[in-house]
Amino acid sequence: MTPSVRLQEMIRVIRSARTQGEERGIIQRECADIRAQFRQGDNGERSHSLAKLLYVHMLGYPAHFGQMECVRLIASPRYSEKRIGYLGAMMLLDEKQDASLLITNSIKNDLSHSSQYVQSLALCTLACMGSAEMCRDLAPEIERLLRASNSYIKKKATLCAVHIIKKVPELAELFTPSARTLLSEKNHGVLHGAVVLITELCKRNPDTLDQFRKAVPELVQIMKGLVTSSYSPEHNVAGISDPFLQVRILRLLRILGHNNDTASDAMNDLLAQVATNTDSSKTAGSAVLYETVLTIMDINSESGLRVLAVNILGRFLLNNDRNIRYISMTSLQKIVQTDHNAVQRHRGTIVDCLKDQDTSVKRRALELSLALVSAVNIRSMMKELLIFLSFCPPELRSQTASGIFNAAERYSPSKRWHIDTILHVLTTAGGDVRDETVPNLIQLITTASELHCYTVHKLYRALVKDIAQQSLVQVACWCIGEYGDLLLKGECEEIEPMQVTEDDVLDALETVLQSHMSSPATRGFALTATMKLSTRITDNVDRIRSIVSIYGSCIDLELQQRAVEYNALFKKYDHMRAAVLERMPVMDKNLPGHTNGDTPGEIKEPDTSKPKPVEAGLLSEPASQVCDLLDLLGGTDTPLQPSPAPTSTPTTTSSADLLDLLGGLEPTPELTIPPAPFDLFVLKDKHCCVYVHVVPTVSVYEKNGLSLKIQCDKQTETEVTVSLIASNSTQNDITNFTLQAAVPKSVQLQMKAPSGNVIPAHGLGQVTQTVLLNNPNKASLPCFRFMRIRVSYSNQGAMHQDTVLIDSFPSTACQPSISPL
Amino acid sequence: MMHFLLLFSRQGKLRLQKWFLPLPERDRKKIVKDMTTMMLARKPRTCNFLHWKDLKIVYKRYASLYFCCALENQDNELLALEILHRYVELLDKYFGNVCELDIIFNFEKAYFILDEFLMGGEIQETSKLSIAKSIEASDMLQETE
Repeated sequence: MTPSVRLQEMIRVIRSARTQGEERGIIQRECADIRAQFRQGDNGERSHSLAKLLYVHMLGYPAHFGQMECVRLIASPRYSEKRIGYLGAMMLLDEKQDASLLITNSIKNDLSHSSQYVQSLALCTLACMGSAEMCRDLAPEIERLLRASNSYIKKKATLCAVHIIKKVPELAELFTPSARTLLSEKNHGVLHGAVVLITELCKRNPDTLDQFRKAVPELVQIMKGLVTSSYSPEHNVAGISDPFLQVRILRLLRILGHNNDTASDAMNDLLAQVATNTDSSKTAGSAVLYETVLTIMDINSESGLRVLAVNILGRFLLNNDRNIRYISMTSLQKIVQTDHNAVQRHRGTIVDCLKDQDTSVKRRALELSLALVSAVNIRSMMKELLIFLSFCPPELRSQTASGIFNAAERYSPSKRWHIDTILHVLTTAGGDVRDETVPNLIQLITTASELHCYTVHKLYRALVKDIAQQSLVQVACWCIGEYGDLLLKGECEEIEPMQVTEDDVLDALETVLQSHMSSPATRGFALTATMKLSTRITDNVDRIRSIVSIYGSCIDLELQQRAVEYNALFKKYDHMRAAVLERMPVMDKNLPGHTNGDTPGEIKEPDTSKPKPVEAGLLSEPASQVCDLLDLLGGTDTPLQPSPAPTSTPTTTSSADLLDLLGGLEPTPELTIPPAPFDLFVLKDKHCCVYVHVVPTVSVYEKNGLSLKIQCDKQTETEVTVSLIASNSTQNDITNFTLQAAVPKSVQLQMKAPSGNVIPAHGLGQVTQTVLLNNPNKASLPCFRFMRIRVSYSNQGAMHQDTVLIDSFPSTACQPSISPL
Repeated sequence: MMHFLLLFSRQGKLRLQKWFLPLPERDRKKIVKDMTTMMLARKPRTCNFLHWKDLKIVYKRYASLYFCCALENQDNELLALEILHRYVELLDKYFGNVCELDIIFNFEKAYFILDEFLMGGEIQETSKLSIAKSIEASDMLQETE
């Protein structure tokens, strides 16, 4: 072909464009030219124009107007035009385009063309972009070519058949008979194609797989021929005779020998021979060895062979070539479960690979190391892993940290070692650990009661050194709060003694509180720890009081609330302080955590006689604990027993907040979703009420001794749940008490059953009724909150009726309110 | 089976693209962009294998061109390196000390050679000699008709 001067000229011009805009201009001109060319019809220039278009297409510009031209060129009798036409078809058409169907006929004709090069064009195009329909149409042709043609065409027809089978699996039976005979070909190209075809057939159909098992001896022969053959320049690559064919045959043998003893036996010798004789100094040899190893591991090979395979992988691990190290680790990963001991032997090398420069290699080494950790080698492995953690790239950090935790959990030789390890991880990579680490560690610490002294000393030292790692700081604060007395005692067998004064401890905690690095959760931990110390230290209680009172006006709502409560604990309920801040009992792990639900639930003031049923948005389980607490208090000065409520599940919710004051866990607010933390504050009055300050009640009606209060339980954009609480301060009971409600038309109303219709006198009881308001159309708010209530009751034999208009609901915001009813 | 084979320059310009699976144009463009970004970000003496989605990517840099191909899970990566190398050798034999400009100005020939070497994502001929002969014969046919 005369060099397409115009094509090359165009390319030169395009490349000389200095800006994107200039290039676009040139391309537009050329495309217009090309279009004109196409319209002119056959004049010998069409193939050049299409070639130009294909170049433009490769630069990323649209070229769909060339599709029909491809079809026309393919139908042309000239080889040069066919060649470029088929290339265009492969580049511009795919099976989804309609134009692709138009070339089916041309392909069919060309498949029987006299020139094998034309045939080859057709075959190539069919294998590249043939749709299922085209494949169905042309399959018989391909099958014919498989059987009766020269090797040049045969090899292409074979791969075309592979494509057809992928597109139309039912046609597999058509090609099965011919595939078998192809194995006796001498031509490597045909042989290679045949092996690929047989592999594809076996993958699709287990019966065919059985059939082809009989071909194993033949395949073994072929392989042996390749391995032991003398130098053949045509197929030699770095001393290996046709590695491409060898790898393919090994892959087929793998499929045939899998789960089949006879087939596997037949291959054993061959595999051993290949494994020992192949020279792996160059990539080609390594590729063959790699495939051999994969095959050995996947069939039912004898154990000697398996050991050989693992040793090859071990050798690969020591190879200088990074690719080969990567490959070997990938393979070892696959077999580490089944051949654990064999892989263990290479543990040293694998651990060394942790220090490799390449991140991919590091990643593989990490996964493999974690899989190799066992009870026997835990100490040494952990040392290596911890070193790795300090230097590893950031993307691998969290994986390493969680891997270390898992390993430590499963195999830790002693509690102290376990705690040490976790502390080490928190110090080096505290930012990358999962959220549940903090509660898990705390739970672990509480169970290791003999190590409390040691732990708190270690944590204190870590805290003094650095307060940047939040998880570590949180755990440290918790421990100091809990075991501060042990810290101050000063002596501990396992650690050098260090004199710690109360001021030092309080300094440390205050630093955490004031540091801008501390997250709100951490400060919460620190504040509570400070508070707990008030019962564990003797001299500086005043200092604690002052710290706590400062935070009573903190902007952070959580801290403010805590501080105010602790203040109250100092001021009004000092007698209970010791009991409230007592030591936490040992926590059990993984007990079903009670969640708060996701509404700002609150417990209304139940009285001792009739604990009211708690309605929408309330705790279910902790409600019983509330009652327990009530019972315990029952009007006397008994010290509060911290209810041994299991709290910590990894994703602790504010159920832990329930025990907040009891020195419980304090999860980070980021973990928990409930909008309002749930602090139980027990106090006594004649009703032994428990207050949870979340929602204020607003009085809407007060008349004749009957008072009606409204409380907003839940509020979303489209829904409001309110509770109406009626109480009676007259001398006589109110009976037949009913409430009726009316709302604007756009709002839907649903009233739940009232708790009763008798309100005892003297305020001894209440009636509660929950009302649900649904505003599906999101009507404007003022309208939404509009509600008219009609009250009717009997008192002392007289019927009373009254209406009250409610035009605003109280907010659901959390406000501390400690005043009794 | 190979899913695609791409050649691009150090500046990220595509020089050859061969797709062995049907994909819409938009997806192809996205893949090319992803590959270019990934490859150009790799440091010099790192491993030639990458993981991308569920495919193994094997790449090799020859002078100013990156050769990159995508393999399925059971394919042999080391062999893929050999395949890329074999293709470069074929180009080298044909053009005589091939360089990037040869591939730019004679891209259709690069495709013809590739089509004699790979088909449907698999190797069709393992003998360099055989492929060289077929290309020669085809070129002759084109010229003499």
